[in-house]
Amino acid sequence: MSNIQINNVRKTYPGGIDAIRGITLDIADGEFCVLVGPSGCGKSTLLRMIAGLETITDGSVSIGDRVVNDLEPAERDIAMVFQNYALYPHMTVYGNMAYGLKNRGVPKDKIKVMVDEAAATLGLSEFLTRKPAQLSGGQRQRVAMGRAIVRQPQAFLFDEPLSNLDAKLRLKTRVEIRDLQQRLGTTSIYVTHDQMEAMTLADQLVVLNDGAVEQVGTPIDVYNRPASVFVAEFIGSPPMNLMPGEIDESGLVTPAGVVAAPAGVRHGAVTIGIRPEHLHPASDGPLRLKVRVVEHLGASANAHGTVPGHAVEMIASLTGADLPDKGETLGLTVAAENLHLFDPETGRRLH
Amino acid sequence: MVERRPFLTFIQHAVLILGAAMFVFPIYLAFVASTHTAAEVSGGVPLLPGAEMIRNYSLVLGEGISAAGAPPLWIMLMNSTIMALSITIGKIVISLLSAFAVVYFKFPFRMLAFWTIFVTLMLPVEVRILPTFEVVAQLGMLNSYAGLSIPLIASATATFLFRQFFMTVPDQLTEAARIDGAGPMKFFRDILLPLSRTNLAALFVILFIYGWNQYLWPLLVTTDESYYTIVMGIQRMANAGEETPQWHLIMATAILALLPPVVVILAMQRLFVRGLVEVEK
Repeated sequence: MSNIQINNVRKTYPGGIDAIRGITLDIADGEFCVLVGPSGCGKSTLLRMIAGLETITDGSVSIGDRVVNDLEPAERDIAMVFQNYALYPHMTVYGNMAYGLKNRGVPKDKIKVMVDEAAATLGLSEFLTRKPAQLSGGQRQRVAMGRAIVRQPQAFLFDEPLSNLDAKLRLKTRVEIRDLQQRLGTTSIYVTHDQMEAMTLADQLVVLNDGAVEQVGTPIDVYNRPASVFVAEFIGSPPMNLMPGEIDESGLVTPAGVVAAPAGVRHGAVTIGIRPEHLHPASDGPLRLKVRVVEHLGASANAHGTVPGHAVEMIASLTGADLPDKGETLGLTVAAENLHLFDPETGRRLH
Repeated sequence: MVERRPFLTFIQHAVLILGAAMFVFPIYLAFVASTHTAAEVSGGVPLLPGAEMIRNYSLVLGEGISAAGAPPLWIMLMNSTIMALSITIGKIVISLLSAFAVVYFKFPFRMLAFWTIFVTLMLPVEVRILPTFEVVAQLGMLNSYAGLSIPLIASATATFLFRQFFMTVPDQLTEAARIDGAGPMKFFRDILLPLSRTNLAALFVILFIYGWNQYLWPLLVTTDESYYTIVMGIQRMANAGEETPQWHLIMATAILALLPPVVVILAMQRLFVRGLVEVEK
């Protein structure tokens, strides 16, 4: 058990491509940290640098007060779960889980106790003599988890471990991973491009963009107060509505109408962000939405459309039975505290 | 294919049977010839086996054909086996290690090393046979098992095959092994070797036959009868100088020379076929 400190870490590939451009993170002991971002944002590279599979160009990584920059992956006392599980195909489940222990010179009888215990934790006891090819995708995923937990490392590193599972199993395994991590209390870093996974798993959510940290915080913080347009668009499904606007004496002028502006924001051009679920139908509401498509999700429905007279796309998430039809123009209202305002130049939050 | 057309089935089988017969017939002829007396064979080989099988085979196995200047058959069989096995095992060990180095280690001139190995694919034994002979002669390795096998051990084909196979092994497997604390040689032994099992078997069969069938090279480097291999031995028998070649005995030798490769193929058949047709995932 230990904390992980990432101090101004950089990665420059030969040819001068900056994959990681100075990231500083502090992950507390036992914390579940999720790195999320679109593909190519450097999240996997950062994880692999922590694991020791990529060299660190500049800065330092320490695991439990020990700088690990120049240590081999095996010496860093971490375990990693790979996207394609990377199980040894010729070894049984037992062999897969025991291999790391065997290489560390753990006595045979002790290995057996440890593997049996880890297998019991994951419900793998009856599969110990099988080969990976004889297991289903979900079971293989659990073997990969088992290989990680059996060594009782200081940290778990997950590299998109759920992306090879089907949607239903992904939900189930997501809960299992969270539950397991809480029970073991092991510091974990988890990489994903799926914002839903990131939201549900994280203690600390790190949104990465183009090799730099865009925002760090608890999932709820990040969701409620996105620090930039990028985070606002990336976190949340359906994504946040964004439209240009301006603040003057009358309030916030949007393409869809004038609404009250939040207090303490400078006058001038802004980018307005409104989450779909914060739009409520009101026949005299200041915002107008010409509905093009209605998606019924059961508990709620998403109305997709445009603001009449403008080329601005908007989505409203509606609950209740009174749903609009295609082609109808909907009046919508939004509370001032649910408005997100960003600087159109820098993309940063204004309030 | 799921087709139900009886006529097509008939044609398919006819073609297959004809093809098989074409391949089997010479061997059948050799076998028939080996079961007759010299007189019966001399006028043309009969189509049905004769009664002299046991006598002919015990003759070649025991005494050899002294008149033809060949040693007893079992010595030649043993020489061939030793040569074929040394070539096979040597080739596999060297090509495994060189492919491992080329794929998994970064060192200067790595690709140059690989291409140098690859270029030798274009130089078959026969092309470089004179310089090789000169080197072997200077090293005093004529008439020895080392001289028979070492010059044939370097193998570009096997190196290339293993390189291609190693490149299909997912990187994550290597990384998982690194995290599990396996050093390079441990990774090689515990992960790569077991994964290459089927490829190894296929190569073993192919290379064993390659080694067994070596003809020109043993003919050059051996002058001492006790190092004759069976394939060149047959040639010695056929060129029996003044006398008529004893075809019935030569054919018996040929049939016996066929057996070891067949045994190797049968023993490794399952792995061999799998190694050629599929990559174990």
